[in-house]
Parts: sequence; C-alpha cells; structure tokens
Amino acid sequence: MPRKKRTTKSRSHDGGNGRGARPFWSGTLTFGLVSVPVDLYPGNRTNRAPLRMLGPKGEPLARRYYSEQTGRDLSDEDMVRGYELDKDKYVVVTDEELERLAPEQSRDIDLRRFVDLQSIPPLYFDRSYFLAPSEGSEKAYKLLSETMQKSDLAGIATFVMRGKEYLVAIFPENGILRAETMRFADEIRSPKQVGLPEKKKLPAATVRKFETLIRKNSDKHLALKELKDEKTAALLKLVEKKRKQHKDIVEVEVPERDEGKVIDLMEVLKKSLAGKRKAA
Amino acid sequence: MKINSTKVPVKLYSAVQDQTVRFHILDAKSKMRVKQHMVDPETDKEIPNDEIQKGFEVEPGTFVILDKEELEALEPEASREIEIEQFVPPDEVAPEFYDRPYYLGPDGDQTAYFALAEALHKQEKEGIARWVMRKQPYVGALRAEEDHLVLFTLRNAEEVLSAKDLPKPAGRAPDKKELSMAKQLVELLKGEFDPKDFKDEYRERVMEFVEKKAKGRKPKLRLVKSKRKAASLDKVLSKSIEALKKKVA
Repeated sequence: MPRKKRTTKSRSHDGGNGRGARPFWSGTLTFGLVSVPVDLYPGNRTNRAPLRMLGPKGEPLARRYYSEQTGRDLSDEDMVRGYELDKDKYVVVTDEELERLAPEQSRDIDLRRFVDLQSIPPLYFDRSYFLAPSEGSEKAYKLLSETMQKSDLAGIATFVMRGKEYLVAIFPENGILRAETMRFADEIRSPKQVGLPEKKKLPAATVRKFETLIRKNSDKHLALKELKDEKTAALLKLVEKKRKQHKDIVEVEVPERDEGKVIDLMEVLKKSLAGKRKAA
Repeated sequence: MKINSTKVPVKLYSAVQDQTVRFHILDAKSKMRVKQHMVDPETDKEIPNDEIQKGFEVEPGTFVILDKEELEALEPEASREIEIEQFVPPDEVAPEFYDRPYYLGPDGDQTAYFALAEALHKQEKEGIARWVMRKQPYVGALRAEEDHLVLFTLRNAEEVLSAKDLPKPAGRAPDKKELSMAKQLVELLKGEFDPKDFKDEYRERVMEFVEKKAKGRKPKLRLVKSKRKAASLDKVLSKSIEALKKKVA
C-alpha cells in the first residue's frame, strides 16, 4: 500500500530542523532603491534528539487529522482554515485570500531604518534566520553586509511571509546577514499590564550589597558549559547503552521516505553562500 | 531566586502575548474542528494512547525503545529555585540565543527585588540562571529592563547555528565608490529603535477581511504586481540618496 502523504496544515515554522535543501523562503531585501534577492534559511534547529511515536510492535506511527463526525481520516484537500467568530462558528479563509491580502510591496524586506543593534531590547527577539544571496545578487549583498558591518548597525523592516507579517532586525555577522524576527510592540506586555508593583525608594546600602554580590560572581565570558543541552546528552547516553546491551531494540522495514532524509542545514547554507545552490 | 546564599523571592509571569491571527483546521464538509490521532500508516488503524511507545531512531528503521520509567528518570528534579551561576557583560549573549522572556515580580520582599534590578543596571551585567520549569531544565539570562527583572530562557548551543562556521558569501567585493554611497544611504536612514513605529498591518488587513466575509460580503482582492527595473548598482544608489535627501529637505 502506498504510504499516504502526511497531512500537515499548520502554518507554523517547521522548527528549523533542516529537512530539505530548499530555502525556507525566497524574497527581496531592499534598501533605498537597491534590491537584493535573497534566500532565507532557519538559523535555529530544535530538539536534536526527537523521539518517534511507535506502535506496540515498534512500527513508526503517523499523526493524522480525522473528522469526529464521520471518524474518517482527512487528507489535505478535505480540510480548510477557519477563524472562530463564536463558539463553533467559523469564517473560512483560503490560502489564496491570505496571499492576496499581502500587497506585493509588503513581501519585500524593506530596510526602512538602521539602528544600533545593542539598542534593541532582547525582549523583542524571537527566531533567527540566515539570509543568503540568491543567484546574481552577490555584489549588492556584499555591499550591504559590508556597509552595515563597518557602521555597526542593524536594519529594521517589516515583511509578510507565509501568511504572517514579521518585524525583523537584519545585521551582519562574519559577512553573512542574520535576520532576527522580533515581536511587535503590542506583543510585549508592560510591567503594569502584568500587575508588577512600581519601584519604591531603595536603601542605598541594599543596592550596594547586590552590586558587591554581582562583582564577586562576575566573569568576562559566558561559560560555554552553561549552554550545553544536558538532558539530550543524557538521553543519547541511555540510548547508546541500551543499544550496546541489545535491549529493547526493534527493527522495522521503513518505506523510502522522500522527506525522511535529514539534510544538514549547515551544509545547505555553506553551499548556498558559496553560490553553488542546486536549482530546487 | 538564589545568588550564592542570598535569596530574592520572585514570581514568574509571561512577558509576551502573541497577537497572530489564529486559525483552526476544519473539516471542509462539516466546517467543524478536526481531531488528531496516531495511526499505523501501513494499515490506517488508529493506535490508542496507552499502546504508543517512544523510540529513538539510531539508524533508519532501527529504534531503541525508551519506556516511561526511563524517560521519567531523565527528568530533572522538580525545584522552585532559580540559581544564578555567574554574571557576564550583556553582549556576551548573542541575540539568537534569547528565546522566551518572563517578567519576574517580587514575592514578598520588594526591596531586594528592586535593589537587584538597580544593581544589574549599575554594574551593566546580566545573570546566567538555571532552573527547572514544567519538568524541563532551563538556562536563562537575568536582565534588568528599566526597573523590573526579566528572565529569558536561552537556546542551547546545539540549537543555534553560528555564522562563524559558515564561509563568507562568494562574489566580487564592492568597490570604494559603491561602499561610500551605500554608507551615505545607510546614514540617511539611521535612527532610534522605537518598536511603536512598526505595526502589523497585515494582521489588521486579515481581521478586516474576516469580518467582512463573516457579514456575507465578498471583498474583492487584487493581486498587485510591481515591476522592478534592473539598473547598475551605483546608479540605483545615487538615485536612492537623492530621493532621501529630498524627503529630508
């Protein structure tokens, strides 16, 4: 029996797990009247040790959508997207409508303002992407990244990608442009909205006490061990141990998975930056 | 929260409220919400939750099964303490590491809370913290944002791709004239970062459209195409500079 296509309708990010060699999105970066065609790749990858859901005999399972009324599984064509107006009352919105709601211009990453990167509070930062020049735009891309590097500035823009508008900060790192998506101002709650008390007059001695405590525990650099994923490391260790003991191992025949091959995101990016990206 | 033996009692509050227009997946026929389940893709048979096992794929088709007890043993011990391990200069944590922000609020002792925030400002430092939340171990950055304390969860090193491991983009280097014009252009666009200057206009358009459609109207949508002219880089640069200078004047 042919394996059914996995039905996914979610519009969320793919988690940046680096599947597939295609860019996440292709578009145009503009500053002034200069336009730079670029490819966007995820700069984060999540969960390096994903666990698979298996059946009683160890067979890999698939997540499916089904209708509660008929009990039948639904394929992509059997499903639509709806906005909930009232309980159980929806307005159906199609991909095409969402697409048309974004004027052509809004799909460009138009760098409207350049700011000091350090002046952006980290509260705004969300996810990270890399921009790579797409064929023919290498020169303009280099010009922009070099200019930004020299002036130590980040470009700010909004643009619509896959049915959502993003606020981004674009800044160069090692000659490569990074795009950091940011939350919009109304997506950050204020301390007042959260219900936090306001600052009162403080005894100077208490502040000094904390300053001493900070100085005593300060280092010039962030200890890299802090950023290690210990839980994943422990999980992998357990997996290796069980594998060596031949414990709880199941082998199943897996059909050829076209999306199954995990391509190293780093390799894709390297190729793309070297201007050797294969036509997708 | 603990720094060495000094304790600052705090509570955690989410600092973000996602405003993305939320859609639900519906059955096209009944226009009702769909449900999800796990099936064996070979037989299309539903596998109930209590029969599902979790496995790690060591090779294509070879899984090491981990049972509930083993997975639970990997969970960190529940703790209500946020431990500050060190303080570092703020630029030590690159933007791509910041994940979710949480406000910390004083839980009782307000003096210690606001004093720590002020001390962080004065020393220009941020704290590196560890804690356990919803059975997950977290590493975070403690910062003072104006008067209040904010704790950010940080991504771990494996989750962030570093530009330092990537080659520089290929292609010819820009010449001096182009560089000086690009610099001029960037200077003209230089300003302060004010998040209020940027609105999610697309979200507003989608909501407006949804409301009209709900009233039974069929709003017309046009796909607007703009043509891009290809011109030489320095011509485009000088035109951009001219246009911007006019705007300012």
